[in-house]
Amino acid sequence: MRIGDAKQSYEADEAILTSSTQKIWFALFLLALLLFPFMADAYLLYLSCLVGIAVISTTGLNILTGFTGLISLGQAGFMGVGGYTVAWLSANTELPFPVTLLLAGLLAAAVGILVGLPSLRVKGLYLAIATLAASVFLHFIFAEWESVTGGMGGLSLEPAHLFGLTFQSDFGMYFIIVPLAVLMVLAARNVFRTRIGRAFIAIRDRDISAEILGINLLHYKLMSFALSSFYAGVAGGLFAYFFRVVTPESFPLSMSIFYLAAVIVGGMGNLLGGILGAAFMTLIPEILKLLTTALTPFYPNAPIFMSPMLEIIFGGLIVGFLIFEPHGLAEIWHRIRRFFSLWPFKN
Amino acid sequence: MDWLFFGEISLAGLAMGGLYALIGLGFVIIYKATRVINFAIGEIMMFAAYLFLAFAGGMEMSPWVALPLAVLGGSVLGGVIEKVMIRPMLGESSISVVMVTIGIASILVGVVEMIWGADPQLLPGFLPRKPVFIGEMYLAPKIAYGFLIGAAMLIVYLLYFRFSRGGVALRATASDQAAAYSMGINVRRVFNLAWVFGSLAASLAGVLVAATGGLSPQFGAIGLSVLVVVIVGGLDSIVGALIAGVFIGWLETVAGAYLGGEYRMPATFAVLAVILVFRPYGLFGTHEIERV
Repeated sequence: MRIGDAKQSYEADEAILTSSTQKIWFALFLLALLLFPFMADAYLLYLSCLVGIAVISTTGLNILTGFTGLISLGQAGFMGVGGYTVAWLSANTELPFPVTLLLAGLLAAAVGILVGLPSLRVKGLYLAIATLAASVFLHFIFAEWESVTGGMGGLSLEPAHLFGLTFQSDFGMYFIIVPLAVLMVLAARNVFRTRIGRAFIAIRDRDISAEILGINLLHYKLMSFALSSFYAGVAGGLFAYFFRVVTPESFPLSMSIFYLAAVIVGGMGNLLGGILGAAFMTLIPEILKLLTTALTPFYPNAPIFMSPMLEIIFGGLIVGFLIFEPHGLAEIWHRIRRFFSLWPFKN
Repeated sequence: MDWLFFGEISLAGLAMGGLYALIGLGFVIIYKATRVINFAIGEIMMFAAYLFLAFAGGMEMSPWVALPLAVLGGSVLGGVIEKVMIRPMLGESSISVVMVTIGIASILVGVVEMIWGADPQLLPGFLPRKPVFIGEMYLAPKIAYGFLIGAAMLIVYLLYFRFSRGGVALRATASDQAAAYSMGINVRRVFNLAWVFGSLAASLAGVLVAATGGLSPQFGAIGLSVLVVVIVGGLDSIVGALIAGVFIGWLETVAGAYLGGEYRMPATFAVLAVILVFRPYGLFGTHEIERV
């Protein structure tokens, strides 16, 4: 705690932004997000949209895995539910995007509750495997229920629209994705200031003890599943609007693992960690691409090695972070902040 | 219904199931001794199969020399993985350890793709080509001989764990680590040996499966079927792995033949879902009682 920072009331103690320094930085951050699309080029806009989608989905998975301790390998499946919902609604109805995204989230949440039902009987890795089974079934439905999902060919979408405005370019999508990402992260932050969020954390730390404290396990575990897959559904819906096509292969198992990796690399049970992890993991392939392009004149074979290199770096990051930095990027961030707030008194 | 066709399909499925049982055994050995769910087992199999390809295809060794070498390579890999990446995770939450094995799987896929390329490859044929008939029913020779080698290995394993000193040490460690340690068993060495033996079983099965179905960097996906096998049988039950292995192999092949290839995974995962709901600890697994 900083010196001279004693809290006088419970509200002050529970506030998200406690000091005026934090408030100023946060305002500057929001301003930067707002101005960014007017200065960035097409490539940076594309990347920031991808990061935004990943942030939403990672935050959702963080609620389930990081805060409630329920490991899920079904995140991509839930995103698929959202993506297909949006694709189907945009093909068959005239609904504007806020409605379709909401419906995508709600349907994904319903599927999430269904998948979460075994969580009362099984937990830990058995639960992870139950969610894996769910993602296998969902992939099967996406591929085989041709009248709704279009089979292996998938569905293509019209651009998102609202009040006659269409959001066709990455520039337009930025103004849907990024505000939504900010909003949903703030919502998640608020959940953990209420009874519900604290119940999630109690379940993570020891579910039997939580039950003895009067927390209805099934109720709260299902709520966590619903909330997490709601986030996934919205992210999947945005994914569909952004790429304007969904196929069963848009949401592979490796995507679920990607999001788990983002949560771990960022820092489990830390919302800031989820954001950092999502951004970091999304940008790694792009950095590698840049590196490959730079190396190609010297090593003409470099592009061939890019995709295996990516697999190795991806796996290496997971293993390395778990062994050497189990609290993830959030802990590194925390250390940097401490360095500056204690400077020059420490060493 | 054509009973002959059903018989042939079932036979092929049972033979495939025998190999699943062998992989499941490898999985269960690792789980019993170290309580690690090894998501990388499919990739260890793949690595051994690629080693076989390099020895028998690239270096033109006799397949009967290349096979033991490849299997040895796979088991050394298992031992190294345990020493370097699993040991530091001792005492961490099971989620973290599982994620480490997923990371290892990804690294192995990348390494294999970097060395041998991403294209599917065929292993040099080394099993006899003469068709096998059991009564009227035809069985592809690769599958039949693969099953025989796998079954022989299974029997060796079962005898080893029943009677040898190492096997007893492993079972003692599995039932109570502290007690085993105080009886003078080198528990850390048992952890390492479990990974070596588990990977050895998986590697042999890997070469045999790849010999029947071809090999590519996506080969490790077979690990998902094995996961179903061990969950259905019970994670810590060797008998369970054997029975569930044969059953899941049969079910997968029959579902693939009658309903189409896209039904293979959903059929086995449906069994998995039913088992998880009604017998969460598998058919033969130990039901752990939790205390606060």
